[in-house]
Amino acid sequence: MATPRRLQVNESASISVVRFKDQKIIDPVAIQELGQELFDLIEKDDRKKIVLNFDNVEFLSSAALGKLITFEKKAKRTGAQMILTNISPEIYQVFAITNLDKLFKIKDSEADALAVL
Amino acid sequence: MSATPSSDERSLQVSLPSSLESYHGFIQSILEHLEELGWKSSDLFAIHMALEESISNAIRHGNKEDPAKRVAIECEISSIRFWIRVCDEGAGFDPKAVPDCCDPDRLEVPGGRGLALMQAYMSRMEYNDRGNCLTMEKSLSAASSSPCRCD
Repeated sequence: MATPRRLQVNESASISVVRFKDQKIIDPVAIQELGQELFDLIEKDDRKKIVLNFDNVEFLSSAALGKLITFEKKAKRTGAQMILTNISPEIYQVFAITNLDKLFKIKDSEADALAVL
Repeated sequence: MSATPSSDERSLQVSLPSSLESYHGFIQSILEHLEELGWKSSDLFAIHMALEESISNAIRHGNKEDPAKRVAIECEISSIRFWIRVCDEGAGFDPKAVPDCCDPDRLEVPGGRGLALMQAYMSRMEYNDRGNCLTMEKSLSAASSSPCRCD
């Protein structure tokens, strides 16, 4: 995988732990790049277990939510498991308002996610 | 407008180009001003969301990023009240025709969440009849509307 601009990816056993470099995920170009880097994880690199750690994320737009939903669908199609972690209360509220807390598997911490993957 | 104006109320009018790269400075200036007026971080988050979604919708869906069209914004802010009207030059739309993003059968549809977020975070939100002008208000003295939750 080329060096990602929007993501920081660490391998832990067979699990890819992904952090977002942007604190505010708003810019349409950034969202497009971020989405492609996520898609590459499963479509090019064949990663099957992914943790998305949101500890650096302070704000995200509905366009970013849309990209995460597309990623979730692609992951499901390729048989990859994905868990979201370290979501701040304000960001969690965004997921709850839009019912996406029911679509995504969410754990409090990275350790909680690693324990079940 | 439903709230009584306070003495520290300021109003402004701006015209933004139809570019998705053009409006973040405006949003930042509004948020900084509200912070100076004492708005707490959770309210600033809510207003940030409403500004982001309303202006990006006007540029993307209303004006279709046509450089010949503008987004007209009127805004009134005080220590207790945030009010904004965002108008694009598009044909308008019927917000009632937008599918409910909370519908369990539509959870995997990528779009359509901006309206639900604005509705949840603002005290009041309404479109004009044509559907090209959105008016929103958040008043600290009024109870917030119920979030757009379907459960």
